[in-house]
Amino acid sequence: MTAIEQTAPIAKPRQKSRAWRKMRANRGSMVGMVIIAFFAIIAIAAPILPIADPIATSWSALRKAPSAAHWLGTDDLGRDILSRMIWGARASLMAGVVSVAIAVAIGVPFGLLSGYFGGWVDQVIQRVTEALLAMPFLITAIALAAFLGPSLTNAMIAIGLSAMPVFVRLTRGQVLAVKTEDYVEGARSIGLNHVDIMTRYILPNVFAPIIVQATLTVATAIIAEASLSFLGLGQQAPAPSWGSMLNTAKNFLSQAPWMAMWPGIAIFLVVIGFNLLGDGLRDALDPREA
Amino acid sequence: MPVYIGKRLLVAIPTLLIISIFVFSLQKLLPGDPILAMAGEERDPATIEFLREKYHLNDPIITQYLSWVGGILVGDFGVSLRTNQPVLELIGQKLPVTIQLAVMAMILAMLIGIPAGILAAVYKNRTLDYVANVVALSGLSIPNFWLGIMLILLVSVNLGWLPASGYESIFVDPVRSLKTMIMPAFVLSTALAAQLMRHTRSAMLGVLSSDYIRTARAKGLSPREVILSHTFRNALLPIITLSALLFGELLGGAVLTEQIFTIPGFGKLTVDAVFTRDYAVVQGIVMCTAIGFIVMNLIADILYVLLNPRLRATL
Repeated sequence: MTAIEQTAPIAKPRQKSRAWRKMRANRGSMVGMVIIAFFAIIAIAAPILPIADPIATSWSALRKAPSAAHWLGTDDLGRDILSRMIWGARASLMAGVVSVAIAVAIGVPFGLLSGYFGGWVDQVIQRVTEALLAMPFLITAIALAAFLGPSLTNAMIAIGLSAMPVFVRLTRGQVLAVKTEDYVEGARSIGLNHVDIMTRYILPNVFAPIIVQATLTVATAIIAEASLSFLGLGQQAPAPSWGSMLNTAKNFLSQAPWMAMWPGIAIFLVVIGFNLLGDGLRDALDPREA
Repeated sequence: MPVYIGKRLLVAIPTLLIISIFVFSLQKLLPGDPILAMAGEERDPATIEFLREKYHLNDPIITQYLSWVGGILVGDFGVSLRTNQPVLELIGQKLPVTIQLAVMAMILAMLIGIPAGILAAVYKNRTLDYVANVVALSGLSIPNFWLGIMLILLVSVNLGWLPASGYESIFVDPVRSLKTMIMPAFVLSTALAAQLMRHTRSAMLGVLSSDYIRTARAKGLSPREVILSHTFRNALLPIITLSALLFGELLGGAVLTEQIFTIPGFGKLTVDAVFTRDYAVVQGIVMCTAIGFIVMNLIADILYVLLNPRLRATL
């Protein structure tokens, strides 16, 4: 046991730094990181930024085009769009991260159990996963959100549950690949229990592809949240979210096109950020690609 | 072949059963009572009781489930709580519209994605490859409902080239039908085209590095012949499987696209059902899309076997 534990800390940092070096060399993933960092900072700093109240209406400033007073213009109720965009970033990023956290928190343990134990446990989990995978992602999320009731929290739950089966599948496949490795055999031979083997020996070695998938799923989840909010199943008025801003904007297309422009650009940028980062992580962490 | 199809159908049975349990349990998540909503303002106890009896809501839950599944087996997906129309009939009315949209989107996606993928693979790591990759990444990242709004703004509001909304059956007025559908179909196709491009590129690269392609080149075939008849034919298999898998995504995307362009299809039906709290219809829709997805997968698997001579022998 001591021998196994001693080799681990030597091997790990080297692998990490190689992955990091590959990430640094990948221009795309660096761009992705900068985009995500930018939106994360404004989302976190929203309460202390010197911006207008995102829900304060003003009858004297209805649908004003971008100007010095309102950099991104105002909406149909005279609210400052820049301020709503910044607060909307909170809803969007939180929805993306929380729903993926839900998907990972449920999907990965089931995938571990399924791949590690095999047999009837595997059969049951796989049949259920197959069934869930046969239900189209967005339709399932819409149906779940509809039945749970419209709110940002429920939208996150709905998206998380709909994205979950992918993680079961992925984790199981990875576990099957590593469970016959020597170090797992070794852990078993020295009499470690199943929980220790799964969490200390298998999980760390299957985590790379899960991180990649999680990053890419955040991108999907952000679009899904925007879609649900656009349909009125996410963030509820008057709290701002990019999706619901677009929903209002489509009624004022010819009078106030800027209302529709900004939220879409923001969603596009954040999503492209996560996609770039995910692709970069895949290239950096995947040993198969030279 | 029949044995293979039979086996695949048998495997689909437990999947469908599990889906039916999920879909049935959806209604138990409901915070409100749809019967109270239906009974109107007075909430007359006799009316409520009558409605509960009518929709079998007083039966034990197992009985409710069994009668629901039993209905599905004979094509009865229940009745819309709002219009009293059978759910399957409602879906049947709207589906052709969405199928036209989906087929047009799929054709566009293939016309854009597959040639782009082939070119990207042939010009690997050159300018054309980078451009194709950036465009594909954008296609994957752009929210399609926003793209729809922007296209309406540009093409319909500012340029006035195409109608912003509306629908015409392709059998009644093909020209008008194509005119109203081409923009939504394009919007729906972007994400698919991007994925098709990426998969075509990697499948092509896989085949291009194989020995038989080197042989084909060595025996003096023209690059065009090597790319199209040797490489592409072999790269086609994973592309076909992917196209079937994208079917679910197509339906999901159609919900938003139809909402933007006010197209009276399956997606619009879904949104309307969600907002009128017509849960029987929502359940029917989820159940039908899942069945559709399984059928599409089955077709893809059969095609895969039929197109792959190496597998044909195993049947």
